[in-house]
Amino acid sequence: MASGSGGIDALGQFALTTHLGPIGASVNFTQSNLMMLVAAVLTVALMWIGMRPRAMVPGRLQAAAEMGYETVMSMCVDTIGNEGKKFFPIVFTLFFFILFGNLLGVFPYFFTFTSHIAVTMALSLFVFILVTVVALREHGMHFFSYFVPPGVPGLLIPLMVLIEVISYLSRIISLSVRLFANMMAGHVMLKVFGSFIVMLGGLGVIGYPAAGLSLAVNTMLIGFELLVACLQAYVFAVLTCIYLHDAVHLH
Amino acid sequence: MTKDTGGEKHSFEERLKSARSRQGMDPPPKAKGQEPDVLGSNPLGVGLRVGLELVSAFLVAVAIGYGLDKLFGTMPILTVLFIPLGGAAGVFNVYRLMAPKPKDESRTGDV
Repeated sequence: MASGSGGIDALGQFALTTHLGPIGASVNFTQSNLMMLVAAVLTVALMWIGMRPRAMVPGRLQAAAEMGYETVMSMCVDTIGNEGKKFFPIVFTLFFFILFGNLLGVFPYFFTFTSHIAVTMALSLFVFILVTVVALREHGMHFFSYFVPPGVPGLLIPLMVLIEVISYLSRIISLSVRLFANMMAGHVMLKVFGSFIVMLGGLGVIGYPAAGLSLAVNTMLIGFELLVACLQAYVFAVLTCIYLHDAVHLH
Repeated sequence: MTKDTGGEKHSFEERLKSARSRQGMDPPPKAKGQEPDVLGSNPLGVGLRVGLELVSAFLVAVAIGYGLDKLFGTMPILTVLFIPLGGAAGVFNVYRLMAPKPKDESRTGDV
């Protein structure tokens, strides 16, 4: 509503439009899907092209690929334990998918697919189902003892089980909302301060200092956005590891 | 030829290691934690995470209560019942986040 009257349309950037002409429109291929593909291709490219030289002393790209690999590997092993190596591929995929998704969003004209709750909710549901399936496979019916904390008096057990189940289910929400809210908030802030620059700049000489200030804020926000992009991808991967640890070890 | 040079080798490794650490050439051994420091050092992140844990448990509980009410046609009762449970689950989440871990205590005792 505000876009026409010269106000700030901070949420317009999250609107989806279809790409690839009529074919894309018929299958609803949006820029979000396009960015997901780009993120996947970039991840593969980083590994493939980066590791092609197979040099003893790695170049820049190879060093980046190796460091990414080692970071995720140590995250898996440190958090989950030795069984963590089994889950390395999935954690690696999640980490780099989200990382590239977040980082691509910083570029102008690009789209941040992690700024949609539908995407992050799907990711966290996937993690949740994976964790539950792993726990059920590792422990069978014994898994349900996870919901009965040790040292609870018998009378309180029904109450505690309910609370534990709610707490277990709340992981889906907290995991997805954390990523979504961080990404969306950052982009809304960027847009708001970007609009300030244009609006204040339009005022003439009086507006220039304020517009310059907004530009400075936006510059800092871009840097902050880069930090948040990496941090949130890391947090998502680490939390996945912690949940997997709980699933493998129970308590 | 003989295989019992292992002990000597071991002691050499050990002496080398102690010499290196005396000279400050080795970084101090990293403690293997359960959970890498996700909370980090910035208090804003901690605050946001705690708030999120509280709210998400509450939302799940309200959704369960509301859904069950719709299912059984007992409109307010189960929602009302689940709301305090959701609050409790939220507090429990925060407790689990913030509770001192026994391993951490021993680690801080060493360092």
